[in-house]
Amino acid sequence: MSDTSLVDRHVGFVHALREAGLPVSLAEGLDAARALRVIDLTERESLRAAYAATLVKKPGYRPGFDMLFDLWFPSSTTGLYDEDAVKSDTAELSELRDQLARLLTRGGEAEMREFARAMVGRFGRQPAGPGRQNWFSYSVLRALSPETLMARILQEVLAGQERGGLAEKTARQRVNSGIRRFEEAVATDVRRRIAEDSGVERIARSAVRPPLDQLDFLRITKADLARLRREVYPLARRLAARLTIKHRKGRRGRLDFRRTMRASLQSGGVPLTTHFKPPRPHKPELVILCDTSDSVSSFAHFTLLLTYALREQFTKVRAFGFVDTVDEITRFFVPGADVVEAMTRLANEADMVRFGRTNYGHSFERFAERYGDAIGPKTSLLILGDARSNYQPAAVDTLRALAAKARHAYWLNPEPRQQWDTGDSIATDYDAVVPMYECRNVAQLSAFIQDLA
Amino acid sequence: MFDSPADVTERLATVDYLSDDAISTSVFLAAALGKPLLVEGPAGVGKTQLAKAVAQATGAQLIRLQCYEGLDEARALYEWNYKKQLLRIQATSADDDIFSEEFLLERPLLKAIRAGVPTVLLIDETDKADVEVEGLLLELLSDFQVTIPELGTISAVRKPYVVLTSNATRELSEALKRRCLYLHIEYPTPERERDIVLSQVPTIRADLAEQLARTVATLRAMELKKAPSVAETVDWANTLLALGRDELDEPTVAGTLGVVLKHASDHARAVKELGLPS
Ligand SMILES: Nc1ncnc2c1ncn2[C@@H]1O[C@H](COP(=O)(O)OP(=O)(O)OP(=O)(O)O)[C@@H](O)[C@H]1O
Ligand SMILES: [Mg+2]
Repeated sequence: MSDTSLVDRHVGFVHALREAGLPVSLAEGLDAARALRVIDLTERESLRAAYAATLVKKPGYRPGFDMLFDLWFPSSTTGLYDEDAVKSDTAELSELRDQLARLLTRGGEAEMREFARAMVGRFGRQPAGPGRQNWFSYSVLRALSPETLMARILQEVLAGQERGGLAEKTARQRVNSGIRRFEEAVATDVRRRIAEDSGVERIARSAVRPPLDQLDFLRITKADLARLRREVYPLARRLAARLTIKHRKGRRGRLDFRRTMRASLQSGGVPLTTHFKPPRPHKPELVILCDTSDSVSSFAHFTLLLTYALREQFTKVRAFGFVDTVDEITRFFVPGADVVEAMTRLANEADMVRFGRTNYGHSFERFAERYGDAIGPKTSLLILGDARSNYQPAAVDTLRALAAKARHAYWLNPEPRQQWDTGDSIATDYDAVVPMYECRNVAQLSAFIQDLA
Repeated sequence: MFDSPADVTERLATVDYLSDDAISTSVFLAAALGKPLLVEGPAGVGKTQLAKAVAQATGAQLIRLQCYEGLDEARALYEWNYKKQLLRIQATSADDDIFSEEFLLERPLLKAIRAGVPTVLLIDETDKADVEVEGLLLELLSDFQVTIPELGTISAVRKPYVVLTSNATRELSEALKRRCLYLHIEYPTPERERDIVLSQVPTIRADLAEQLARTVATLRAMELKKAPSVAETVDWANTLLALGRDELDEPTVAGTLGVVLKHASDHARAVKELGLPS
């Protein structure tokens, strides 16, 4: 790479990262440039690592970063799967599937990439509208259909061992992760080719998904939810730590007067050594009131998981779910319970629905009646919901009374602030009684938690 | 310190630390650019070990600041020896200088700044410390100097190689992150984990190490409350050796699963999904 083309590429890449929402500061851009001077630019993985070390400081940004890196610094081929080497353009499909089967269990990174590249070259080009062609992953995957290789790979790998046991489970896991690597390699090469045809900037803008922590709770897919579940425990720990610290007095605790005086006797009454009482960690109590209706179902799912995780952090957490009436759902979250099972049981067994349309007012009233004494002067009250009440009475006074009894009260709303008060949203009315925070994604939830201190 | 990322890999291997491209490049760059290296990742993936290995591989001294809630400047940086000062005042009438070197209690950060020999400063589990400590670190790591009002400004004679680790129980501040190079260590691939096991437990058979690594990968793919760490894989290997098992069959896994899974519900889930005898 010549010097000017490297500089151009560097500038373009950094620009693309910023466009994709990575907060790359000026200083960090310069750090990266400095790093390029001291590493071997032909070592692609080292180059990737150098950029990552200087520019990507949150794991959530990593997938977007990798996608853009692959576009700006595409791998060069080593000719491993040259036409001659595997005759990929003429080879029988069955031969290609044989090769894939081998790669799925034993393939190295580079080999997999080259194979994927050859396969995209052969199967990836498809008509896209009249007179146009484009590159696609699906046609490659359909032609080679990696999933259907599972049975024979298992047969081979397990060779006579008992089926259904540990060995099979482990082998399956291995093949599945191989298939995922193959799919990713195909997608990467498809993007590379599209970029070659129509410019890297264009594909970059459309290909990069927002980082996990910026995904809108209300638009989340099932697969995202599974990934988000992994974020839940760290978040719960953070929230717990925040609420605990908040209640703590002075860092060193109060002066232990007796011990200090007693110790001072040894030094002629001069208090040389000061003794402090150990700080008393207040375990706060937490009451969570969560809208579980369909309009916020993925948010509810996430917050219920959070509730579940919090259960293990606090001595006393009580959780209540509501749609148009309210039920205590703490029992589904006994410590040690399996999270997936808990969610299923909760959906089937909890009594949160009378007529099926969200009714905040009625839910608050029922809550005050049935569970009002759950809230005391040590309680933090957390309400989760979109404040859309289907034009039913709001029961603001009831909520005010509940909040007044609690030590702190917060409301997290998964809707964008611009949509508050539109339609049947009565966000502002509730906000006046319980401070409401926009909480559309994990990043905002984290920020809320961080600010609790 | 190092010639190239490849040099890092090689020298870390001599002290039994198994690196990869990302780790070696970051470690190399931190030295070459003179920047602190912030290492994040789940528990037990070798963050702390990395700092120790760098020190060992380069023959540097290791100074460690272990962070915890309530850590303050007096514990991290320096403190005046109040007791000694008082005694001195009582003992002598002359106006001795009681704010001199003699009365200074040096804590890890100051010690690292003033060290005359090559030093690796490990600031371990930074996320456990309170936010104020970050302010202190930020100052220190930007110009490697400390101002002690009574003594003046002390600048580093030779910049220490700084490694900060974090489990990300809370986000470290943007400002601190900007100042550092960043390395996220994830769970290793089964191949690499097998090699780590082999490096840590040299007497284990290679195929057993491989089986272990694959089984652990399977466990990690389940939705567990706490996934097994590399450290736990190593423990598992040691356990099998101690029990004299040389195969990881169902009864063996069932009998020793507690080494890698610490929550009862995780245990139950694994038994169910792997079809283990319970
Ligand atoms: N790359 C590696 N090479 C050799 N050993 C490793 C490696 N990674 C992890 N280990 C093993 O894992 C053990 C635990 O690592 P370490 O204590 O550094 O983890 P950690 O990431 O600091 O965890 P924690 O977050 O709990 O502090 C090490 O003592 C070592 O046995
Ligand atoms: Mg550690």
